[in-house]
Amino acid sequence: MWQYIIKRILGLIPLLLVISFVIFMFIHLIPGDPARLMAGKDATLEEVEEVRQSLGLHEPFVKQYISYMGNLLQGDLGYSIKSGAPVVDLILDRVMPTLGLTFLSIIWALVIGILIGVLSAVFRDKWPDRLGMLTAVSGISLPNFWLGLVLIQLFSVQLGLFPTGGDDAGWKSYILPSFALGAGIMAMIARFTRSSLVNTLKQEFIRTGRAKGLSGTSIVFGHALKNSLIPVVTVAGLQFGFLLGGSVVVETVFSFPGLGRLLIDSIQFRDYPVIQAEILFFSLQFILVNLLVDILYSYLNPKIRYD
Amino acid sequence: MGSLLQVNNLKTGFHTEDGMQTVITGIDFEVNHGEIVGLVGESGSGKSVTSLSIMQLLHDTPGEIIDGEIIYKGEDLLKLSEKKMRQYRGNELSMIFQEPMTSLNPVMKIGKQIIETISLHLNMSGQKAKQHAVSMLESVGIPRAKDIMNEYPHQLSGGMRQRVMIAMQISCNPSLLIADEPTTALDVTIQAQILDLLKDIQEKTNMGILMITHDLGVVAEICDRVIVMYAGRIVEQATVKEIFNNPKHPYTKGLIDSIPKIGAGLDELYSIPGAVPSPKNMPKGCKFAPRCEHVMDICNLEEPALAMENGRSSRCWLTQEQSQQEGVVGHGQ
Ligand SMILES: Nc1ncnc2c1ncn2[C@@H]1O[C@H](COP(=O)(O)OP(=O)(O)O)[C@@H](O)[C@H]1O
Ligand code: SF4
Ligand SMILES: [Mg+2]
Repeated sequence: MWQYIIKRILGLIPLLLVISFVIFMFIHLIPGDPARLMAGKDATLEEVEEVRQSLGLHEPFVKQYISYMGNLLQGDLGYSIKSGAPVVDLILDRVMPTLGLTFLSIIWALVIGILIGVLSAVFRDKWPDRLGMLTAVSGISLPNFWLGLVLIQLFSVQLGLFPTGGDDAGWKSYILPSFALGAGIMAMIARFTRSSLVNTLKQEFIRTGRAKGLSGTSIVFGHALKNSLIPVVTVAGLQFGFLLGGSVVVETVFSFPGLGRLLIDSIQFRDYPVIQAEILFFSLQFILVNLLVDILYSYLNPKIRYD
Repeated sequence: MGSLLQVNNLKTGFHTEDGMQTVITGIDFEVNHGEIVGLVGESGSGKSVTSLSIMQLLHDTPGEIIDGEIIYKGEDLLKLSEKKMRQYRGNELSMIFQEPMTSLNPVMKIGKQIIETISLHLNMSGQKAKQHAVSMLESVGIPRAKDIMNEYPHQLSGGMRQRVMIAMQISCNPSLLIADEPTTALDVTIQAQILDLLKDIQEKTNMGILMITHDLGVVAEICDRVIVMYAGRIVEQATVKEIFNNPKHPYTKGLIDSIPKIGAGLDELYSIPGAVPSPKNMPKGCKFAPRCEHVMDICNLEEPALAMENGRSSRCWLTQEQSQQEGVVGHGQ
């Protein structure tokens, strides 16, 4: 198992190099003169030249890349054009809320999604199944900004249980946005778990389990569930990677001070160094989530570990 | 000896779109202590449904036992609660299946699968249960039993997997083992080894075995008595010796002729023409009539009863007429 994990992490190195190169290229791919763009429309020639110098854009391409990578490894991501603050500080300020939000929605999605899926499979074609799958279809079809607005209206405005937005109310500020963010994946996990478990319960080793004298509960949780989660993890893992896209929308709806909001602000202001850093961060998170999913997958499926 | 399992008038059916379809039509047979009984018939005859009915493992199918008694050690299993039945499965009566590949949980270590059975039925704790599991693996001839405990089914060969399955299912020392085509998925040499193993276990433990197979060759190898099934009915029942020396039912003769002969080419392989009728299209009279070379007028009109004679039985107008004639002749002498 450890061997497998280390192998996977080492395998990421080339990918990280490619990604960092592409992100480095980002500034060079902007049409026109990046220095002029960043300096702004009203900038004088000297100001443009100053920006060019500060970004090192006058240097040869290879040298630029090397110094970019050097800075990157030291945690230096440059300075925001808008505020002049170090990009690293801007990102660090916003990282925790967004990670908390994402993490919590993954928990929602997994726990509730699997629970609904198991109940639906066990009570196949009975009312818990119908109810579960109705919830799932709704969860998949409702856009998360709309779900967010409904949740705010219902739980914050009407019932006053949770704040309408921001992150000032501790854990309470996380409940509604994380739910809005995770609902779609939760619904998808519920459906996949259901169909996968229904399928697994038809397998011959399930009959073996019964022939041993196991109860229905032991069969489902002791034997069938782990087998059923293998395909679920594959699909869910990909979706988790895309959660950040969702967080941009949800953070906006809930005025939540996370990376998603920062990204929107930076794009509006053409704050390229910040955008660049955000893309880097999102990519890293995507890779990390995929790595975790792969590890989970290999934990569930011993065949992967040994091949 | 003495009766271990007695199946009386067992009727099992499946819920289908066209309503309840009876697949096992009221069969009677018994398995004695220490006896290996073969249950033989082509695919679709109802052998598996019979075994699943005895174990009451029809949960996950649309199947249901309609009528009958399954008397195990004097107690009707069909009257037991599901909870009580669970305590019997894997403990008193156990079962092994055809596909050793798919019959073990692919994501659970072999040791854990065996220990699970042991701790379910025997009062054994962690270390003791583990030792018992290792000794079970050793007793079915698995080398490196300790290592195998930590391996997964896909790391073993088919024959080894079937040994694991056997070790697991006899680990609580059941009195009855139902083996549903345990060697069908294995190649010939491995088949013989597994059969030897089962015979060996039976001799050591005096357990009764119901050996389900479509291959009379397997029956010849290890069984004491044979029940031949066709279309959800018993058509002949006799000792192995009687069956091979003097098969009464044309279907049994066909099965005997279908045993592959050593040294014979593939083109010499005989098989009974036609196929087992589906429950939907059952012939009116004798269910074997469309495939029988001895078919007579009465065969198409009326189904013969399973007639007992000298401790063996057969369901065919041919033998029943013969015995009547013989009876007449005997009377005259
Ligand atoms: N799950 C099922 N659903 C409906 N019918 C079934 C099912 N399993 C078996 N049957 C019926 O029972 C008959 C006997 O099947 P089976 O006992 O599996 O035969 P065998 O084991 O002798 O090959 C089949 O012909 C089929 O019509
Ligand atoms: S009853 Fe008739 S058709 Fe049936 S097996 Fe006997 S001879 Fe053949
Ligand atoms: Mg079968």
